[in-house]
Amino acid sequence: MKKRNITAMLMAGAMCFSLLAGCSSNDGQSSTAPSESGAQKSAPAQTDNQSEVGGNADTVTIKVGGIGPTTGDAAQYGTATQWGAEIAVAEINALNGPVKLELRYEDDTNVADTAVSAYNQLKDWGAQVIYGCTTTAPCIAVSTETFADRYFQLTPSASSPEVTNGKDNVFQMCFTDPGQGTAAAEYLKDSGLGAKLGVIYNNGDPYSTGIAEAFIAKAGELGLEVVATSTYPEDTTTDYTVQLNACKDAGADLVFLPIYYTPASLILAQAKQMDYAPTFFGGDGMDGMLDMEGFDKSLAEGLLLMTPFNASGTDERTKTFVEQFQADHSILPNQFAADGYDCMYAIYEACCQIDGIADMDNAQLCDALSALFTGGSFSVDGLTGTGMKWLTTGEVSKAPVVVKVESGVYVTQ
Amino acid sequence: MSFLNNVITGVSLGSIYAIIALGYTMVYGIAKMLNFAHGDIIMVGAYVCFFAMGSFSLPPVLGVLLAVVVCTVLGIVIERLAYKPLRSAPSLAVLITAIGVSYLLQNGAQILWGAATKTFTPVVSTAPEARLVLVPGQLSISHVAILSIVCCVVVMIALTLFTGRTKMGKAMRACSEDKGAAQLMGIDVNTTISVTFAIGSALAAIAGVLMCSAYPVLSPTTGSLPGIKAFTAAVFGGIGSIPGALLGGVLLGVIETFAKAYISTELSDAVVFAVLIIVLLVKPAGLLGKYVPEKV
Repeated sequence: MKKRNITAMLMAGAMCFSLLAGCSSNDGQSSTAPSESGAQKSAPAQTDNQSEVGGNADTVTIKVGGIGPTTGDAAQYGTATQWGAEIAVAEINALNGPVKLELRYEDDTNVADTAVSAYNQLKDWGAQVIYGCTTTAPCIAVSTETFADRYFQLTPSASSPEVTNGKDNVFQMCFTDPGQGTAAAEYLKDSGLGAKLGVIYNNGDPYSTGIAEAFIAKAGELGLEVVATSTYPEDTTTDYTVQLNACKDAGADLVFLPIYYTPASLILAQAKQMDYAPTFFGGDGMDGMLDMEGFDKSLAEGLLLMTPFNASGTDERTKTFVEQFQADHSILPNQFAADGYDCMYAIYEACCQIDGIADMDNAQLCDALSALFTGGSFSVDGLTGTGMKWLTTGEVSKAPVVVKVESGVYVTQ
Repeated sequence: MSFLNNVITGVSLGSIYAIIALGYTMVYGIAKMLNFAHGDIIMVGAYVCFFAMGSFSLPPVLGVLLAVVVCTVLGIVIERLAYKPLRSAPSLAVLITAIGVSYLLQNGAQILWGAATKTFTPVVSTAPEARLVLVPGQLSISHVAILSIVCCVVVMIALTLFTGRTKMGKAMRACSEDKGAAQLMGIDVNTTISVTFAIGSALAAIAGVLMCSAYPVLSPTTGSLPGIKAFTAAVFGGIGSIPGALLGGVLLGVIETFAKAYISTELSDAVVFAVLIIVLLVKPAGLLGKYVPEKV
């Protein structure tokens, strides 16, 4: 398998050129002007005053270097964060504010050392701010580098506390894994769903394990009864009957699945085949299941999940984003895309508030942005939350939203 | 009862491994090369069937046929373009080429069909009712599992007859024994190897459809892990041996399921490979493989 991984990198590296070439053709489409409401809501007050000027001389362009997997087994997440960010950048640049963003996105194939090479390439290009990575393991590798090199880094979706641990320059747009597990247990306690809980998670994956362990610990604290804990080693596992049987035999009436949607879709199908119908409750990794091509949505009926973004949301900004995303890529955006979109606005709004940004090098910019993010007064409204703030640990502070699948769409609980 | 249920799960999983392993073993036995791209041909077969049934609303039977045809052609093309020019190259070069082809197929599929996972529509119903009930409420076997097991046995018998009774089968056996001598006897080695690839790839298409019917998710990397497992099954049963591939596949599926149920879900793969190591220590050629000592 080692050998295959190395070849994977070489091949994927070669393939990513053709993929990037394909992506760049979309840029023209995505730079169409955003709707009025989208622009008004997102732009800070001072930009509105200047918006009449249009392309004024003191516009500063900040180069944002994005990293995430656009090929390989996690490509759907990387492309989502890339596309979401591209839409935000097009909107921001159409605002004609004091700051413009230029985004260049590099593929890391969900491999840590490829991510570091991608980062080095972005540094050579002149990136001032790093946006990424999408997945945890590459993000930990890159954040170690950005910490040493003093680049401000904002990740849309790398959710392990390890990403930000001990690094004052790294911030997250998504919930941390333990944070999500704790929130899930608290939600179950408050809602009174499920008397006996089962947990199935991927113990080969830090995301899944992080949520599951925090969930089990918090459930114990709150006096919730966890009757079965079952694991599987990797997301390519196809047969979950043993794990489901463990939950069924223990009499679990709610099964917590802090896992990604691909294995979860199999679990739902196999549970149905064995006539086991507990309430299933998932984390944000579950988001995207309903958009799987060919997925039988009735399998997900009644599924609860925590997600910061609901693509069928009715607020104006979400609608504009979803329409633009569908027009560009003909699929519905998921929370990764929404997190990516919010990251661009967070960077933009922060940059707008910094004086003398034009003369700053990356280290000064990093210190200024980090100080602003942790200063307590800076907050951003986005698709995944309103009034989002950041703790000194780099963690985001926003309210988790639980949605239930009813007739194939999310209904906020 | 849960023991018997596990046996059923194991055998149906194993029979899918077995069909893939049959393809591996055919190609290895005759061309003496490990076709690591085999697992990815499974994925291509499943995608073809998925789009045939989904986008063109063809009936499942036509979907499967189309998948078989496309994979057969793909297998022959890959063999001609990637492996044939390396016929006299060291086997390591061919192995690396096969890994290259594997990634080419995976990434090609990703560009063509996207990275997002698709849900495969099973070719036979997987509803809770679509089961053969053996003991009401306790023991039943799904139609997909029956189909996999039947397909696997039919394929194995057909291949055994084909290699044993037909002229092309005889040519294959001759090539497998000694390519040079076979050529001297007037056997067209290149055609024989092409036919082998065609059969192997056709089996991959069937395996892909069955696998995705039983476990209905489909992504560009769907074939890689089953490919590795099936390769293990082929080695386990004795690579090059057709009944060995079946035995190896089924045993692998059963051991894997039992390891999950009775030992640990995390260690199941480790247990499978530990059993493989023990078997190979006792019988280096695999369960049904022929051990041919190297004459110096």
